[in-house]
Amino acid sequence: MILSLEYRHSSARYLASRTVTSTKAGSRLSAMVAGNMSPLRLINLAAPVVPGEGWTRVAPRLSGICGSDIGLLTGRSSPYFSSVSSMPFVPGHEVVGETLDDLPDLPAGSRVVLDPVLSCEPRDIESCRWCADGRESRCDHVTTGRLAPGVQTGSCSETGGAWSRQFVAHRSQLHVVPDSLDDERAVLVEPLACAVHAARRVDIDPGATVVVVGAGTVGLMTLLALREVAPTAPIHVIAKHRHQQERALALGATAVHEPSHAVRALRRSTTARMHKPEWGREFLLGGVDVVFECTGGASGLDSALRLARAGGTVVVSGMPSGSVDLAPLWLRELHLVGAYASDSGGGNGQRSDFAEAIELAGAAPIDGWVEPPYPLRRWREAMAHAVDAGKLGSVKIAFAPGKD
Amino acid sequence: MSRPGFVLTVDERTPPLLVHQGEGFRLERLPLGSRVIYPPDSLKGVRNVDAEIQHALLNPLGIEPLPELLYPNMRLTIVFDDLSLPLPQMQTPDIRQRVIEHVLELAAAKGVDDVELIVANALHRRMTPAEIKRVVGERVFRSFFPEHLRNHDAEDRANLVEIGKTKHGEVVELNRRAMESDLIVYVNITTTPMSGGPKSVSVGLASYRSLRHHHNVHTLRHSRSFNDPPNSAMHHSYERMADLIGGHVKVFTIETSLNNDTFPTATSFLNKREWEWNVADQASYLAVKRGNELMPARARRKVWQKNVAPYAVTGVNAGLPSEVHPVTLDNVHRQQVTEVQGQADVAIFGLPYICPYNVNSIMNPILVMSLGLGYFFNLYKNRPIVRKGGAAIFYHPVEHEFHPVHHPSYIDFFDEVLTQSTDPVVLETKYEEQFATDPWYIQLYRKSYAYHGVHPFYMWYWGAHALEHLGEVIFVGGNRRTTARMGFKAASTLADALEIASHTVGRSPSITYQHAPPLVVADVR
Repeated sequence: MILSLEYRHSSARYLASRTVTSTKAGSRLSAMVAGNMSPLRLINLAAPVVPGEGWTRVAPRLSGICGSDIGLLTGRSSPYFSSVSSMPFVPGHEVVGETLDDLPDLPAGSRVVLDPVLSCEPRDIESCRWCADGRESRCDHVTTGRLAPGVQTGSCSETGGAWSRQFVAHRSQLHVVPDSLDDERAVLVEPLACAVHAARRVDIDPGATVVVVGAGTVGLMTLLALREVAPTAPIHVIAKHRHQQERALALGATAVHEPSHAVRALRRSTTARMHKPEWGREFLLGGVDVVFECTGGASGLDSALRLARAGGTVVVSGMPSGSVDLAPLWLRELHLVGAYASDSGGGNGQRSDFAEAIELAGAAPIDGWVEPPYPLRRWREAMAHAVDAGKLGSVKIAFAPGKD
Repeated sequence: MSRPGFVLTVDERTPPLLVHQGEGFRLERLPLGSRVIYPPDSLKGVRNVDAEIQHALLNPLGIEPLPELLYPNMRLTIVFDDLSLPLPQMQTPDIRQRVIEHVLELAAAKGVDDVELIVANALHRRMTPAEIKRVVGERVFRSFFPEHLRNHDAEDRANLVEIGKTKHGEVVELNRRAMESDLIVYVNITTTPMSGGPKSVSVGLASYRSLRHHHNVHTLRHSRSFNDPPNSAMHHSYERMADLIGGHVKVFTIETSLNNDTFPTATSFLNKREWEWNVADQASYLAVKRGNELMPARARRKVWQKNVAPYAVTGVNAGLPSEVHPVTLDNVHRQQVTEVQGQADVAIFGLPYICPYNVNSIMNPILVMSLGLGYFFNLYKNRPIVRKGGAAIFYHPVEHEFHPVHHPSYIDFFDEVLTQSTDPVVLETKYEEQFATDPWYIQLYRKSYAYHGVHPFYMWYWGAHALEHLGEVIFVGGNRRTTARMGFKAASTLADALEIASHTVGRSPSITYQHAPPLVVADVR
């Protein structure tokens, strides 16, 4: 038996959480909701069984709490995901751990990070067109094959997840961590790979103006990745909290803006025109070439759509929640681009997102981004901290499942 | 005959003195020995304003009578001051309406058909149709608006013309219709010594290209003060431009001056010296103050903005600008100048609810700065009332409020520019051009009712001389965040302000309070 945090099916709890957090006042209770209303519980479970050859058990050393996990626990995540997951499951997909079984090219005891996508290869099924093309995050087979449905480890009932003392992973999901990369940096590799993936989703012309909406983990890492992908582009970051603004500037942001001043500031820097509708927020005519939405909130996406220039691009990097007025998308003929997880480069000779992320994690000024980890039994405190990470001056909250 | 200006020295018998503080006021006890500068009592107005206007038009200074300058098939352009004058707005009929009606009657009698009326708003916001109607009156408005009565558009390239450069290389670019007219008739109200004269056409009808030659930090720092034209670099520039204009087009100016009846009957105690308040004045004070404080902020602003002044006209003079303006200035000086002996360590100013740029609008923090360190600080001749390195204490709440339609560039100036620097030279060098040429601000200036993008810079430059001169700037009752953003300090009370100032001027400073409005110009000897 292993100690785990298990998310089980409960329509009542999901709806109750969703109802509470759907209002502005209720959203202030997110920490309470995540800790007390969500259908998450700490229990001892039977250790997940290795499904077949090419799989190994992994003992997590550090497991991060992702924005999508918080979305799940506060009822904000879309019901859309219910059919691409299998319950109950153990959440957690940002992880650095140690393998417990020998694999042909990976001895037991190897320190690894996990690419959580459960695509065709782990599912032992013929490659779909996307996996064949090296675009595993778009895999069409996430509900079939040898495993129960689940887009990734941390949403599949059979693989276990990183918020436990053990889970199973396929060799194709694992990337060896160089010795030079400590655990605190390594646990950031997965979100960094997602950021690299997002930054690569669009071609950014030299000199194009880029805006990153949000400066939580996703936003900061997207900025980090963008600085690699588009080193000369002016990148503006909309950041709510002072520490986020300072971190963004340290990572090379051209300018940072508070959300309340962002539209006006970006209007000026792009010499656009700003208009205020009778109801709703201001928008730009003219504006920004590419906007990365990294908050996962409806408000962030709404801002992104209102900031983009005609024919511009909005990349949805944070897991979206809530509903948004799509009028700007239509009127300004915007490109709305999704960016989910990571892949192996698309078969065009490009390095995989994870390979880039591991390199970036070794070089980037990200010391101190991971707070001292929580043991699993203090998961409510961990959730409260993660929900209010921005306010509390933190970037990444993590568990150390082996330390209970 | 009205009494001249007066400098009171505060002693034990001096009652608390009235101090304006935005949309409100208070009674303040000043330290013993403080000096208080009061303006002369309101001058008597002319009895028959229409007769005075008629007389001025038929007996102008330095030029033929107006009827002799009018003839059929000529192009006549009547230009008039915008709503930044007078403050507060005057009771209707506005003196500009009266003058314009007389001019139009003479033009009609001479068979002049091609008549255009232009508001000399320079880079100020356009006046709304209702505001124009209030100034020119129903009859003129109905006859000319909108085809032949409009705001000057300093960004309408097709309707601007460069008439040349002054000997100092200053570009003079002005309204094409006016410059290509056979005659400009300029209708002015001079309420401070800085207004009127060479300023009227050269500023009111100018473009940014032209205005930047005198609306800049260097010129403002060398205008000591801009209410003392002979000692004002800004006015020297106006004069050079006016000379050029005079050689290009005939200008017939009609300047009017008003007395100091700034507040209507209900608040007439604001026009009086405190020790002369009778029981009715004291009751009015208490009632108005209490009512004012109880009102919601929005209603309070509305009430103050609706305040119209029962000014009387003290003079109407017409003719060549260079001949007329000295006469007008004499009238203004008679009404506003009070002689003061020597400078003080600390100057106190109560800033009222209105300045030239928030008529029917909101006094934002930049305008408060401009009103205090620009307009009020510069209400002097010879020397400022406070010594170099001294402290200025202003009374104003300095709320973080902006009118989104009228002052869009001010919002960005406050949020983005002042967070980088408050040094006028840095702002001018680094940011002015960006704001001046920003297409959105230009669009809002031309099509909406926004001040030009560069206008907040001019407001900041307006205070450049004071910023250089003063050692300390403190706002009593000021919002701490907004005052700090502008590089100033906030204090809760006068005692706190003096405590803060003590680091600069010591614990027993000499103090002079410039008691305005009604406006007073200190002639500091």
